[in-house]
Amino acid sequence: MAQAKPRVKVPKKASKDEVIAIKTLISHKMESGQRKDKEGNVIPRQIINKFTCEFNGKMVFGCDLEPAVSANPYLEFNVRVPESGTFKFSWVDDDGSVYTKESKITVE
Amino acid sequence: MKWARTFSGKSICAGVATAALLSSAMIAQAEDAEFPKVGDTILTTRVAPPEGHPLSEVISGLEYRTSETKDLQLDDFNNPGFLLVDEAEEAWSTVDGAAGKSCESCHGDASESMKGVRAAMPKWNEAAGRPFTLENQINACRTERMEADAWKWESNAMLGMTAYVGLQSRGMPVDVDVSGPMKPWFERGKELYYTRVGQLDMSCSNCHEDNYGNYIRADKLSQGQSNGFPTYRFKWQKMGSLHRRFKGCMENIRATAFKRGSDEFVALETYLAWRGTGLTDETPAVRN
Repeated sequence: MAQAKPRVKVPKKASKDEVIAIKTLISHKMESGQRKDKEGNVIPRQIINKFTCEFNGKMVFGCDLEPAVSANPYLEFNVRVPESGTFKFSWVDDDGSVYTKESKITVE
Repeated sequence: MKWARTFSGKSICAGVATAALLSSAMIAQAEDAEFPKVGDTILTTRVAPPEGHPLSEVISGLEYRTSETKDLQLDDFNNPGFLLVDEAEEAWSTVDGAAGKSCESCHGDASESMKGVRAAMPKWNEAAGRPFTLENQINACRTERMEADAWKWESNAMLGMTAYVGLQSRGMPVDVDVSGPMKPWFERGKELYYTRVGQLDMSCSNCHEDNYGNYIRADKLSQGQSNGFPTYRFKWQKMGSLHRRFKGCMENIRATAFKRGSDEFVALETYLAWRGTGLTDETPAVRN
């Protein structure tokens, strides 16, 4: 899945200590490992097994994803922002590749 | 059918704004209905049918979905269909083929040139002597003008591009021309719609005309309108074309399905587009 593409929505501006909603979406087939192909062979599992969100280098949100999660996983969560900085989002694939995306936020 | 008129967290005052946009025949409808909105675009999900239509009201499939599904469609970020639309937006200006052209070389800005295109499809193509669906038209452009390889009907590239072109017509009413040379295709489509086939001996109309709004197992039957295609469908876990949906329906009634892009399906698409006259294009819609 070289073409996994993340989409992230973070507000550009926020006031100090405001709780903001962050939305993320990534294109991924999330092959569960439970299915078989036409010849009856098991299609190997390939999912995104981990998601993390770091703010200025410190992890603020993370979760493990399991095979039951549907394709193109969508995650939404809330974060309190004490200062301006950069969010770094990482999705970890079963095959070892990590898809990342960054977005900046300004606190006034 | 009160359940269909409530939209969680999306209620809007559609009266004045919608009435201004719609023709006078539709005003009576618009005044008592609250239509869903995506961004600033109002989606007309209920409309009075054209003359000779078998239904008393034309209703979009969106009305039959749960509020969670509606919420996904009514937010362009959450809508998973936009993953492919984003890719197609890039492909629009990417040169491909021997002629060294991209879509943009001829058509320029898609948001200008492709406005209303999807809403009028399928459309008669004089050169080919048959109706063209959006897929046919894109592949004709690719092979004849770009001298590139044709895309497969159900490929991600094709689904993305039909959705991207369709998106430019979002909020515009479906209005296909079924007169002249389109007439025999329209009639053929109508015939197919009402012909019982398969081991279950059912026609399209048995579910989508006689029983819309009723449950079929755990799912609610819609009128089977085509205004949201290509659609992101949860069952498929991806975007799919209208002809894939046709095929699925035919397999459900244990009939031998026609092929994607076949004359039968193009005729059915033509007839179905007419059945949805007045509904707004919702591409890329989200269904379950």
